[in-house]
Amino acid sequence: MKRIVTIILTAVLALALAACGSKSSDSSTTGTVYRTLDQIKEDGTINIGVFSDKNPFGYVDENGDYQGYDVYFAARLAKDLGVKVNYVSTEAANRIEYLQTGKVDVILANFTVTEERAEEVDFALPYMNVALGVVSPDANVIKSLDDWKAEDEMIVISGTTAETYLTANYPDIKLQKYDTYANAKNALENGNGVAWANDNTEVIAFALQNKGYTVGIPELGSKDTIAPAVSKGNTTLLEAINNEIKSLKDEKFFHKDYEATLLDTYGKDYEESLVVEGGEVK
Amino acid sequence: MPDLGLDVLLKGKNLARLLGGLGVAMRISMIAVVISIPLGIILGALMTWKNPVIKAILRVYLEVIRIMPQMVLLFLFYFGTTRAFGIDISGEMASIVVFTLWGTAEMSDLVRGALIAIPVHQYESAEALGFNRMQTYRYIIIPQTVRRLIPLSINLITRMIKTTSLILMIGVVEVLKVGQQIIEANRMVSPNAAFGIYLAIFMLYFFACWPISMLARYLENRWRV
Repeated sequence: MKRIVTIILTAVLALALAACGSKSSDSSTTGTVYRTLDQIKEDGTINIGVFSDKNPFGYVDENGDYQGYDVYFAARLAKDLGVKVNYVSTEAANRIEYLQTGKVDVILANFTVTEERAEEVDFALPYMNVALGVVSPDANVIKSLDDWKAEDEMIVISGTTAETYLTANYPDIKLQKYDTYANAKNALENGNGVAWANDNTEVIAFALQNKGYTVGIPELGSKDTIAPAVSKGNTTLLEAINNEIKSLKDEKFFHKDYEATLLDTYGKDYEESLVVEGGEVK
Repeated sequence: MPDLGLDVLLKGKNLARLLGGLGVAMRISMIAVVISIPLGIILGALMTWKNPVIKAILRVYLEVIRIMPQMVLLFLFYFGTTRAFGIDISGEMASIVVFTLWGTAEMSDLVRGALIAIPVHQYESAEALGFNRMQTYRYIIIPQTVRRLIPLSINLITRMIKTTSLILMIGVVEVLKVGQQIIEANRMVSPNAAFGIYLAIFMLYFFACWPISMLARYLENRWRV
């Protein structure tokens, strides 16, 4: 009995120490967390974080295969690096954490470039344009955020640029935060909030596919870009991705990508304004 | 009948994927349950001892785990271990560790509660009959405690199964995540699929938890004095 008690106590203590240790370790880490280009090539598999429930950018089809605009590029990147690809399902709120711990090599999950994020991760050249937009039901279309009613609530997804922008610029607007895209969508459809703020590509697509919703504000805030991201300091991989994006310009790869994955959702009208070719923003 | 988008379930491998997702959720919660119930019983018994050091340590463990939301614990163990020690554990492993820690803490408190609910005269009578401490527990206290514990621990087990819906935040694709993937992949062709898929997920959780409740009822009836 005494021995059992000792063993258990040791285990509990070890666990408690482990828990405390990880709590107080937000400060800098020792050693590198990421894998360099050579290490990835040696391993033969690249881990790429993508969305698995964000049609048409990153989603899983009925056969369990990853598809979408981001995934189309991810597959090409892996092919040109000569490695196999392992897709990791990420959420908007945990993308940075995945890179900072090196649990993925690249994030290709519709990642909008912002200054704050650039301090935490390294962005490669952009491959898409994006701004914020606000969609609301036809019965009460929100066209401006300036005369926001105090009791109304805005739906956002945690960890997205929409959340950051609204918190900084419209602190009086009450936000309803959801962890996943699917939950935010349900919330709007159930009338939990009066409007939904997200990337404009998202809200345009939502309004095109769902009758009874209008994009009252198609462009809000500054125009941003979407780019791949790697762990801070992973220059070899960053350069490889940048070179890849530059070399794909000649074959108009991202236009092909758009036509293969986004055409059904946005139509031909948005192709030129959304696609960024060769990392050059016009 | 309104269109519930149930046809989406039969597309491709969707149904198999949902069941696979349930399999992941059940595997994680069941491994955690199997480890945490015996551990919880031992810790719960230790908590009733008079030793102040053991009591204090266990109290701190219980409160820390109980106060922290499971989501925070999952992030701590999945990302925190990598940041602090450079240990790269899989999302599934982190989930099992967190659910075991949580299950053990909750179970130990249930056991402690059930043990102190046993009247003092039971212990005193055992002592009077010449039972030592081990024997008292083995023949008198534990059989009575187990009966009181059954409904409480069933509640805990079903809660552990349902809380696996959080592990999608650390990249583990379980039944809820698969459901959301299916809904999103079909949002153009069948916008109503959300109802059908959530209905299917509800049924899956129900059929996962129901047999456990049935087993509990059976045991309660069998052990009724």
